Amino acid sequence: MSAEASSYAKPLPEPSAVSLPFWEGLRQHKLVLQRSKNTGKFVYYPRLVSPYGPRDELVWTECSGRGSVYSFTVARRPTAPQWADDGPYVIAIVELDEGVHLTANIINCPPDSVRIGMQLNAVFVDVTNDTTLLQFEPAH
Amino acid sequence: MSLKGKSAIVGIGEFRPSRYTEGATTLGMLAEVGLQAVDDAGLELRDIDGLVTEAFAESPMFAPATMVEYLGLDAKFAEVVDHGGATGAAMVLRAAMAISAGLCDRVLCVTAARREKRTTEGPRRSANTGWSGRRSDRTPYSEFEVPFGAIGANYGYAMIAQRYMYEYGVKPEQLAKIAVDQRYNACHNPNAVFYRQPITVEDVLNSPLVVDPLHMLEIVMPVAGAAAVVVTGARTAKKLKHDPVYVLGAGEHTTHRSITYAPNLTTSAIKVAADMAFDMAGVRRKDIDLASIYDCYTITVLVSLEDAGFAKKGQGGKFVESHNLRFDGDFPLNPHGGQLSFGQAGLAGGMSHVTEAARQLMGRAKGRQVRKPQFAFVNGNGGIMSEQVSLILGKDR
Repeated sequence: MSAEASSYAKPLPEPSAVSLPFWEGLRQHKLVLQRSKNTGKFVYYPRLVSPYGPRDELVWTECSGRGSVYSFTVARRPTAPQWADDGPYVIAIVELDEGVHLTANIINCPPDSVRIGMQLNAVFVDVTNDTTLLQFEPAH
Repeated sequence: MSLKGKSAIVGIGEFRPSRYTEGATTLGMLAEVGLQAVDDAGLELRDIDGLVTEAFAESPMFAPATMVEYLGLDAKFAEVVDHGGATGAAMVLRAAMAISAGLCDRVLCVTAARREKRTTEGPRRSANTGWSGRRSDRTPYSEFEVPFGAIGANYGYAMIAQRYMYEYGVKPEQLAKIAVDQRYNACHNPNAVFYRQPITVEDVLNSPLVVDPLHMLEIVMPVAGAAAVVVTGARTAKKLKHDPVYVLGAGEHTTHRSITYAPNLTTSAIKVAADMAFDMAGVRRKDIDLASIYDCYTITVLVSLEDAGFAKKGQGGKFVESHNLRFDGDFPLNPHGGQLSFGQAGLAGGMSHVTEAARQLMGRAKGRQVRKPQFAFVNGNGGIMSEQVSLILGKDR
């Protein structure tokens, strides 16, 4: 999926030096997240330091892109002006199979069909030439 | 060190919420409502030796110094509190701490929100604020939430409600009753934005779905307003005009900013804050005569009632259904109408839960007075159930 850079009017992420590998991964349609060396737990979002302590180390690791809906809402009214023309859309907390929670939109399905626990796959949406967003769709 | 009984709320200032302000500055509103509270306490500005303010728009830095200068104060303690909706309750906690530490004795706590028509109306209404996402602030929030439209608070509380329904179940009618009972209270409060406008459960459920499963009448309406209290040491409090409202217990708990990373969607940070406050006060849940609980949404109240220990986890719906939550009912909740029906004036909305509990305990809530209350539970909630401050207030030390 791609969209003209000029036509994309929604807020874009501004990657930092720390988060760049994550965003670069998405551009290559791969999901890479940091993983705590000491605990084996994944970390989202990318951090400069580990939330698991001063002697820990975070290692970039590729993830499955599979997950499920932890919770969601259908926004019937836009949450910000840039979404005003979108019609109802789904904002969800996704629980990755790797254990972490993240926020994304559930796309490629009717908003009213989304349920908690629904199995999901990652969708890499190239919104501009430079930016790919991590979205999710129902697994079939 | 316990704060129990060492300080008291002795004066209240509050503006009647309005839809818009024209040409007002936040600084001016803070000063005006602050003076109201000082005067209400029977004090003069020169008596005030401590200030707790918010980081208001015109002076996000140096806010306390700006306030001190504007009012000509001589402050031994001046600080800013940044706890969103929990700011009002957190200000009282900090004032009580500073007094109990001996830094100062008479502390003014002030909040205010202006709201101008030209910048707040229309589809572009919040385009210049940090919440809108148009201006990146290089926070994780801007980078990992905003691009998905996870902006504002509605969506987050909706996800809490959705998950709550999945884990425990609550009938839409039960959630709606919270809004209905609070509206009854507002109908007895001439200062409420929805004074004399009663609603029914059907009205709530027939109002448009904004973010599933929350309806418009389950969501606060932003207004302009201001609220302030004066907190003094217990010894000073006894000599002043009104019956002191003692700070008997306080607790605070912060766990996340974005709801995505909340440790739990359905058990909130309130639990720890409320337990701390009750333990400090040595007051039992059943001793509470009135609950003044932050109510940005109906689901907020439901989860708060459970986590504060008034209802068992998962039983909030039943609790709400089986209790009369009106000011004249068996479990008086937000007698001023709550923010849902009184209005949410920015951080002053959160402070309204403090001012109302104090007013009730002083016996000054004409037209909606809870019958002889001794103890009140106050909860402030910031962000999306992110920052919680609980207070136990009482008539006796």
